[in-house]
Amino acid sequence: MKPKVYINGISSISAQTTEKEENPISYHKNIFPALSPNYKEFIKPMALRRMSKAIKMGISSSKVALNETNTEIPDAIITGTGEGCKQDTERFLENLIDQQEELLSPTSFIQSTHNTIGGQIALNLGCKNYNVTYSQNSASLESALLDAELQLLETSVKKSVLVGGVDELSENITQFRALDGQLKSVDIHNLDLWKEDSPGTITSEGAHFFILSTEKNNNSYAEFKGISIKNSIQPEKINAEVEIFLNKNNINAAAIDAVLLGSNGDNRYDHYYKNLQQSLFKDIPQLGYKHLVGDYDTVSGFALYSACKILKSGRIPSVLKLNTSTPKELKSILIYNQYLGRDHSLILLSAV
Amino acid sequence: MNKGVAITGMGIISAIGNNTETNYRSLFSSKSGISFPEFLKTTHKNLPVGEIKFSNKSLAESLNLPQDHSFTRAALLGSLAVSEALDQSKVKIDAETGFISGTSVGGIDATENYFKEFTKGKTENSRFIRAQHPGFTTEKIAEHIGISGFVSTISTACSSGANAIMMGARMIKAGKLKRVIVGGTDCLTKFTLNGFNSLMILSEKHCLSFDENRNGLNLGEGAAYLVLEADEELNGKPVLGRIMGYGNTNDAFHQTASSENGEGAFLAMQEALKIAEIGSENINYINAHGTATKNNDLSESRALQILFGDTIPDFSSTKAFTGHTLAAAGALEAVYSLISLNKQQIFPNLNFSQSMSETGLQPVTEVKEKKLDFILSNSFGFGGNCTSLIFAKDEA
Amino acid sequence: MLKMKNLQAELKESIIEQLNLEDMKPGDIENDEPLFGDGLGLDSIDALELIVLLEKDYGIKLTDPAQSREIFGSINSMAEFIEANRTQ
Repeated sequence: MKPKVYINGISSISAQTTEKEENPISYHKNIFPALSPNYKEFIKPMALRRMSKAIKMGISSSKVALNETNTEIPDAIITGTGEGCKQDTERFLENLIDQQEELLSPTSFIQSTHNTIGGQIALNLGCKNYNVTYSQNSASLESALLDAELQLLETSVKKSVLVGGVDELSENITQFRALDGQLKSVDIHNLDLWKEDSPGTITSEGAHFFILSTEKNNNSYAEFKGISIKNSIQPEKINAEVEIFLNKNNINAAAIDAVLLGSNGDNRYDHYYKNLQQSLFKDIPQLGYKHLVGDYDTVSGFALYSACKILKSGRIPSVLKLNTSTPKELKSILIYNQYLGRDHSLILLSAV
Repeated sequence: MNKGVAITGMGIISAIGNNTETNYRSLFSSKSGISFPEFLKTTHKNLPVGEIKFSNKSLAESLNLPQDHSFTRAALLGSLAVSEALDQSKVKIDAETGFISGTSVGGIDATENYFKEFTKGKTENSRFIRAQHPGFTTEKIAEHIGISGFVSTISTACSSGANAIMMGARMIKAGKLKRVIVGGTDCLTKFTLNGFNSLMILSEKHCLSFDENRNGLNLGEGAAYLVLEADEELNGKPVLGRIMGYGNTNDAFHQTASSENGEGAFLAMQEALKIAEIGSENINYINAHGTATKNNDLSESRALQILFGDTIPDFSSTKAFTGHTLAAAGALEAVYSLISLNKQQIFPNLNFSQSMSETGLQPVTEVKEKKLDFILSNSFGFGGNCTSLIFAKDEA
Repeated sequence: MLKMKNLQAELKESIIEQLNLEDMKPGDIENDEPLFGDGLGLDSIDALELIVLLEKDYGIKLTDPAQSREIFGSINSMAEFIEANRTQ
């Protein structure tokens, strides 16, 4: 029999604090940064001095998740990042152009590779085990989760996998999103995202790490039931695709207690979510989160983090609710995300 | 011993040829593809590279792309290599056919071209704004071949392509996919050329893998892909070879350098043997990573010594043919390993004259005919990433 | 002598800046303290950064990173090397 996979440790660094979830922070910019923890608690000063925010967030977030499960060395470290270490990429690129390819300092190049975060976590922990980084736009973290699930299912030797997603803002490259319509054309209040009927969205940064394990314990948040990634789906087929996924996981839509949607206020693509809201999941609690933390490639880490907390506490924070439906019970949650109509992902969790 | 995962197609483009046959002819005749940059617009014209002598325009024309396409150079190279692999395998493309591509910098060639335009707010080339995402390049290739199901990108620097092959094999074994196209692509960019130059590990001469006097690598570009299919999907289709084993570990030693004793490399090779369920004595040839940097070649040699003891199998690095093609390297060398298995020939480590004083190891320096059943291929990268793959003949 | 003292002070400032030694002040670095290993604790990436610094600020081009370890032994050895080889 296929072993079960549990989520035993979680952590989040985002533009919101984890303590005050009913009183979210309001931003009036379409690009807003994540709140930094005290990185010195997690990283030695000599190592810290050249790290960009993505690396600092990644290491700190992974350590919180590891600490929660008392895991010293995970059996695998799997990272997802859409754009990797964008700040270092940008720094090296600007110097290269401005200095006509002369006298370039290597540090920003070294730290620009997408696997820097995963590599630095391994270095920090002294972990020589399996280590891979996925970089598939908004399915980067999902790819990492799929690999993590495989790692645990294909051998009984591996007990715990550290898996997470990280993305950071950078001065210029993030701003470029205003040029091709990815961002809203005028600054909005993030908490008003659902009132918008316009193209584009708002963006931010963050890091979310999880410990997946085949062993259930007192701290287990949820059972990780399954994940699916599809590069493109025709809008009218989204209900059918979700049903295929649910069937594969031996559950039907009526048994889903809440759906966590990646709606981002972009009226060109939110119809994917609306199709589900008006059809398959019409009568159950529909939840959204990108008004709190913006939209970026690995933001579904915040969705997974939130779903874990909901399943463990049995309570849905009202700030996430998109409709007034209340759940009979909270056993199964489905997470659905896409960006610009591509890189669709479905994650199914259940209470332990 | 396990049965491994069947490979039914392969495709490649590199500095030594734009398909499998021309690559083979160059390998067989010891013809290196290292030259000076002509198409890469860099001030470092003195640095030898493994450049593919086609402009983006002519690559796009051969793919019949429209004028306003948004394919990065890595996507152009990748699409050409994938097309060859698909032609050979005639694989069915449907919802259960996946695509996993490795790339290190993806479309940064486009980002470096248009960065200043974008900072000035110009939108003429805004279709390339997302090119900085590695996944952007992968999606272009997926679109080109009509794959809409599972599409993903691995970006672990120089081991990306090898890791993509490993992940594909694992997904087939786990029954997550019936068919998957795996490999990697990277093009020459100012970003990477200057990056490696700032690390002072580029040679101004043709690279000397495993030689005492090696002084750095030559950067290259290329793409290569394999088609993997589950056994029950084969229906008598010819099988080019099988992926028997894979191992992925992290050296956890330094952000860019390998540990002196090559521990990560050793562990990766050991894991690959374990998955393949064979002993080290079964390996007939090793396609080494062998970038010709001081650090890599010593570290890799040490790892070989630890694993194989006094009986190190024949080994060579093919980097002097193609340059170091970063994320594509593991995929290119997978294709070369499959050619070796099919031709029963080992291709030489060019430019070698003197063994390293520390190890005294001697790579194969001329084409060698030999019975080959199992080939091990190594790919190591920044961030401590080490990956080893084992390929076998179908009937082995 | 004064020239040498100024160069040593200047080097400390630029090393702190170039290598992001945020929590350090020039006074924290001794002239004869080893910069790598047990002393200041710099590593091979820092060595590459210092090679760029030599070229940028003093017009000295090093081509072999292996050569740099001796030169970058301490502030003293760096200053001596720069005095003997600077072109700007």
